[in-house]
Amino acid sequence: MRKVFDFHGGIHPLENKHQSVSLPIADAGVPDELVLPLSQHIGAAAKPVVAVGERVLKGQMIAEANGFVSVPVHASSSGTVVAIEERPIAHPSGHRAPCIVIATDGRDEWVAHRGAEDYQALDKAGLLERIRNAGIAGMGGAGFPAAVKLSIRPDSQVQTLIINGTECEPYITADDMLMRERADRVIQGTLILRHLIEPAETLIGVEDNKPEALAALRAAAVDTAVEIVEFPTKYPSGGEKQLIEILTGKQVPSGGLPLDVGVICQNVGSAAAIFDAIVRGRPLISRITTVTGAGVQQAQNFEVLLGTPMNYLLARAGYQPDARQRVIMGGPMMGITVPDTRVPIVKTSNCLLAPSEAELPLPDPAQACIRCGMCAEACPVSLLPQQMFWFAQGKEFEKLEQHNLFDCIECGACSWVCPSSIPLVQYYRASKAEIIHLRQENEKAEHSRIRFEARQQRLAREEADKEARRAARKQAAEDRAQAAAAGGEAVEDPIQAAIERARTRKAAQQLGATSQVNEQEKLEKTVATTRQRLGTANAKLEQAVADNSDLVAALQTGVDKTRAKLEAAERALQDYLQARQPATSAAEPAPDAAQAAIARAMAARAQQADLDPQDKARKQLISLQQRLEKTRSKLAECREQEEQEKVIEALESTVSRLDEKVREAQQQLDSMETS
Amino acid sequence: MALLRITSPHAHGSNHTSRVMQKVLVATVPGIVVLTHFFGFGTLVNILWGTIVAVACEALALKLRRRPLGFYLKDYSAVVTATLLCIALPPYSPWWLIAVGIASAILLAKQLYGGLGYNPFNPAMAGYVILLISFPVQMTAWAPPRGLGDMPGLLSALQACFVPASFDGVTMATPLDLMRQNNSLLVGDLWLQNPQFGRWAGLGWEWANLAFLAGGAWLLYQRVFSWHAPVAMLASLTLLAALFYDGGSSASGGSPLFHLLSGATMFGAFFIVTDPVTSAVSLRGRLIYGAMIGVLVYTIRVRGNYPDAVAFAVLIMNFAAPFIDHYTQPRTYGHERKKEEP
Repeated sequence: MRKVFDFHGGIHPLENKHQSVSLPIADAGVPDELVLPLSQHIGAAAKPVVAVGERVLKGQMIAEANGFVSVPVHASSSGTVVAIEERPIAHPSGHRAPCIVIATDGRDEWVAHRGAEDYQALDKAGLLERIRNAGIAGMGGAGFPAAVKLSIRPDSQVQTLIINGTECEPYITADDMLMRERADRVIQGTLILRHLIEPAETLIGVEDNKPEALAALRAAAVDTAVEIVEFPTKYPSGGEKQLIEILTGKQVPSGGLPLDVGVICQNVGSAAAIFDAIVRGRPLISRITTVTGAGVQQAQNFEVLLGTPMNYLLARAGYQPDARQRVIMGGPMMGITVPDTRVPIVKTSNCLLAPSEAELPLPDPAQACIRCGMCAEACPVSLLPQQMFWFAQGKEFEKLEQHNLFDCIECGACSWVCPSSIPLVQYYRASKAEIIHLRQENEKAEHSRIRFEARQQRLAREEADKEARRAARKQAAEDRAQAAAAGGEAVEDPIQAAIERARTRKAAQQLGATSQVNEQEKLEKTVATTRQRLGTANAKLEQAVADNSDLVAALQTGVDKTRAKLEAAERALQDYLQARQPATSAAEPAPDAAQAAIARAMAARAQQADLDPQDKARKQLISLQQRLEKTRSKLAECREQEEQEKVIEALESTVSRLDEKVREAQQQLDSMETS
Repeated sequence: MALLRITSPHAHGSNHTSRVMQKVLVATVPGIVVLTHFFGFGTLVNILWGTIVAVACEALALKLRRRPLGFYLKDYSAVVTATLLCIALPPYSPWWLIAVGIASAILLAKQLYGGLGYNPFNPAMAGYVILLISFPVQMTAWAPPRGLGDMPGLLSALQACFVPASFDGVTMATPLDLMRQNNSLLVGDLWLQNPQFGRWAGLGWEWANLAFLAGGAWLLYQRVFSWHAPVAMLASLTLLAALFYDGGSSASGGSPLFHLLSGATMFGAFFIVTDPVTSAVSLRGRLIYGAMIGVLVYTIRVRGNYPDAVAFAVLIMNFAAPFIDHYTQPRTYGHERKKEEP
């Protein structure tokens, strides 16, 4: 016995598989109309290669794969293409999607096809091409193109090939019946896969609630390298990641692929389809679908042509709908209710469940979450559903992602165990959709930002280039001029050149003077333009006054400002000119002035010396009084003009000091006079 | 014909919140029977009156919050809260004490936070602590167990509840009181000198604890809760008691068995600590949560001011539960073992 592992959580819902296994697989027959959606798989929708009105044969490709992750679609019976249009399909949101509609002719006439006599003789690329052209997409439910999964790089070693015969969802028995009745095809298909990817071991995992299937597989696998592994029944052990853990004990990294742990997984249905495609040359045009539930009289498995409308199939099983009937495509845990029984059976339709209300009661109204934690115990990926529910209600998306919302496989185990009947999975689905939407929005915004910034940079770069070119041109022109000049000079004699150089030096020395001239010019220019502006501003003001416009006040201040500017400019020019006057003739007058001052001072002293002390004192007093008077008036002026505090204080102290001096002088004079 | 459209899963287990609550109620029965046997009809009268007040408070709050009465009353959560709080109250409590406690539990601790599932604190324990702080005299007046005093009949019990002034009850220190107040006697001598002690712990108390243990074991068997929190609590309490038992000196805090079978240990472990709403959610978190409650219970019993400590310990850990949750997120399938904290 091989060691099997367990995964965290899981539940044991009522299996309800016995209803549909009492009868063998029946041929559902050819309906009048086949509706074949262009997208029955994950990836790009197929591209139609037939036109309306064209007659097609059974097995003929009617739409080709559109890209790598895509598969073709084949006509599942002979007839005429009557429409290529949007039809309702089985989709959670009740989508309509483009379909090719074939009116069958009942002859069920095959297109010419031939299988490979010895697939081992084919090269791997050829095998893959055949699988791809047969339109095989994962038949377990997700519908991932089989050929894509099997396209592994030649250097990557696959440790384990796992064929999934688990079928853990209640009610569904399509894989069970396939394994019971067509175990040889499953094994042969598995061997083809084995040949293709050369794994170290090949396992078929089957739950222990399918003893007949296990026995059939074991019988068919005798003397092959295929090992049949039986393990305890638990939902959702059929999930790819769960099955990998059960059989290998390894976990697929979050966001990674099974190949990251050396595993490739295929469904038993896909294995059988691959056998049909390679050995019998038949593309995927039919599948086994379980029709069950209390809404049908005889639950049974049917071999159904793809594109068969569900109502045709349900009628074959004796469908008697209730007043409030649900029809579920898939099982009771993860299946989706269809909007309409006209939707077609597709490659992933493993079950049609028409339950009565007593059988699968509608969910009770949700009660408050009491955080009992049963959901966390049931979760097969070890999430904390109760916390995630809390965050989903509050739309705390960051927290949700932190709690690994995107690792949720939506198996429904948490909702199943919830004593408060909270539709947890629905909350997670909605939150995922919202987060993805937000991400896309963010990406768009980010993209726009990057584009904007790139544009700004490009413009700046262009501007800089232009500038550089301009500078280069200028440089080149100067160089040319210089070269021309140099070329001219070269003819003249060296003495002349030396003279020329000396002249240039002199010119450079004179440049200072030139710059002064320039300064003056500039100031003059400012005055002129300001005057001009004042003129226009005045004209505008007059106009505004004449028009009685609201702008008068504004224009008036404008004019005032311009006038002030003009005055300032004129003053600046005046100052400049005055400043330059002495500068130009600085050498001679300066000593003169000094000498004059000295002479004046000497004269004054001589004069004073001649005076008698009394007169001297009187004169001093008078001069002091004058100074005091002057300072006082200045202080008053400053106070009136609200000068700075400091200035006023300084003046005040000067006044008081002078006052003191005057008094002293007075006293001195008085004492002189009395003596 | 229009088909009914709902999202998966379509199948549903048979578990219901009201069923969980009913099971909890059933599991309290052995404990209530033992309490009634040893302490008389006081506890039963408590529960009867408490339930009436609880349902009335719940209905009032739901009415004020404009919620459907029938839908929410049927979840039995108010009855569970009332039953748990009334088991914790001393028998023969006056009607107003019970009413204040229940009203605090239902209105303040539960409905003000948004009702069932939204309360951060265990309502029964919040009500209990409010009473213990507000009315310490009434809250520490435990009746003597059978054999140590007169056993009031049903009528006297009703009288004690509804006409408290006319009831002359006898009270006696509980074994936990005696143990805490003891500072001179060896544990063995204390045992001999006080008739309140029984074979392993308090007379009557030990059997009540065993009965609650039995009820808790049944709930565990019924998978109403996981074993993590209660077992962790009992384990840490046992460990601490064993560490500090020191063979029964006068400074001893009491033997592990004494702590396991005294006061509200088993009742707390299986009926209070397991309250899912206010505890940590992950299994690892519940281990930490339970263990910390055990540590706090022992610490407060031996070092604190109150003889028993389950209510305080639980409320303190209620505060810590979100914090524990933050650090005990389980490893999700396909993720590395250590998840870096953001």
